Amino acid sequence: MSQSPDATNAAPLKTTPLDALHRELGGKMVPFAGYDMPVQYPAGIVKEHLHTRAKASLFDVSHMGQVRLLGDAAVAALEALVPGDLQALKPMRMRYTMFTDDKAGILDDLMVTRVEDGLFVVVNASCKEADIAHMRAGLPKGVSVEYLDDRALLALQGPAAVDVMARLAGEAVRTMPFMSAADIDVGGFACFVTRSGYTGEDGFEISVASADADAFARRLLAEAEVEPAGLGARDSLRLEAGLCLYGHDIDTTTSPIEAGLVWTISKRRREAGGFPGAAVIQDQLANGVTRKRVGIRPEGRVVAREHTAIVDAGGSPIGEITSGGFGPSAGGPVGMGYVATDSAQVGMDVSLLVRGAPRPAQVAAMPFVPHGYFKGK
Amino acid sequence: MADIYYTEDHEWISVEDGVGTVGITDYAQSQLGDVVYVELPDVGKELAQKDEAAVVESVKAASDVYAPVSGEVVEVNEALADTPGTVNESASSDGWFYKIKLSEPSELEDLMDEAAYQAFIEGLG
Repeated sequence: MSQSPDATNAAPLKTTPLDALHRELGGKMVPFAGYDMPVQYPAGIVKEHLHTRAKASLFDVSHMGQVRLLGDAAVAALEALVPGDLQALKPMRMRYTMFTDDKAGILDDLMVTRVEDGLFVVVNASCKEADIAHMRAGLPKGVSVEYLDDRALLALQGPAAVDVMARLAGEAVRTMPFMSAADIDVGGFACFVTRSGYTGEDGFEISVASADADAFARRLLAEAEVEPAGLGARDSLRLEAGLCLYGHDIDTTTSPIEAGLVWTISKRRREAGGFPGAAVIQDQLANGVTRKRVGIRPEGRVVAREHTAIVDAGGSPIGEITSGGFGPSAGGPVGMGYVATDSAQVGMDVSLLVRGAPRPAQVAAMPFVPHGYFKGK
Repeated sequence: MADIYYTEDHEWISVEDGVGTVGITDYAQSQLGDVVYVELPDVGKELAQKDEAAVVESVKAASDVYAPVSGEVVEVNEALADTPGTVNESASSDGWFYKIKLSEPSELEDLMDEAAYQAFIEGLG
């Protein structure tokens, strides 16, 4: 049986503050974005995935970059780098946006939270250094860019996450709106908490001092509903939720319009521009795009992974899978990719070339599993 | 009485009366993680030793399963289509992949016995 090749890295891998805990829990450690991270624990990816949608899972996402932008000018300044409407963000509210380049390519996707003295930004681990340099170069001197390398980030995701948080932080968290933030004490630990996540479920992302991270994680894991989950489950969860993975579904060759992310750009910003690639985006909004990101649902059980060619009923190439795998909650293989705009219609029959043979599939609506976001105000 | 042999690619073959039942070892399934799909050869297919015979798909990646010996595929484990997880639960028995009628029984001499395979995987760390 062929084995995946061992990844050998010239530089030693970085570790998060939860490294010892991962090993104690039996985490299978793999390199990811320069960090030694658990891809799964002994339960395995499928069980960790299913547990997240049934109860609550705890993910270590401390490898991601937490950045604070300080200064009154921060909000308007960051708008020069992203298409998102940050001026409309109320205090302690957040939104998903992206850094774009002059060609409307995507440099990274990120979460931005408006806080009292500026903005709190979370960026992908693989783009951390580049994003911080990008902000330092692109923001005026009055806005300081502070990389918070003394903080850990944990994601508690699933329908039972709110019960756990209410027990540890008080009943008030139950009414925290989706995509809002709060500075609160959770189980005796000072935390910056957002009601957000990247799994399609209700949940919280919790920033805590690195020195507290191990004890805090253990405190959460002591709750009956909570099990640890690794990056493998995180990937299958976000894929079923139709969420993009930077470097795979979005990158510098994809525009937010092609990627189906026009909803992240408000009317004001669509019209006014003022961010890199605005002219290209305005043109694409007016004249259309040649390809679109869609869901792909293989028939049967064959998994079609990244780079799988997509062909139409006549056998002509129309696109490529950018993320694909097995969806435990969907009960079968799921994927997303880009196809020619003409073919980007839900229900359209396509074929996927897997191991040299065409496999039937359909263009599918996403998410593959309904989102469980908290809808209360 | 069946004799069981092992390959360095973590396949096992249990041979009785010239027919070998082939699967992957428990070590292999634990390395793979949750198996979600198995692609089996067609009955009647002629395989040479070390040919790609089947594909086992885990959540994270697909892995090839090779033919430990040459011969003709005479039966495949249809049950794996509905319950691929059997490969994880019962790799060395119910999780068998296919049966092959040996064309060159002497090829078995290239393979390891149980003791040699155990030593081999211990050496892998």
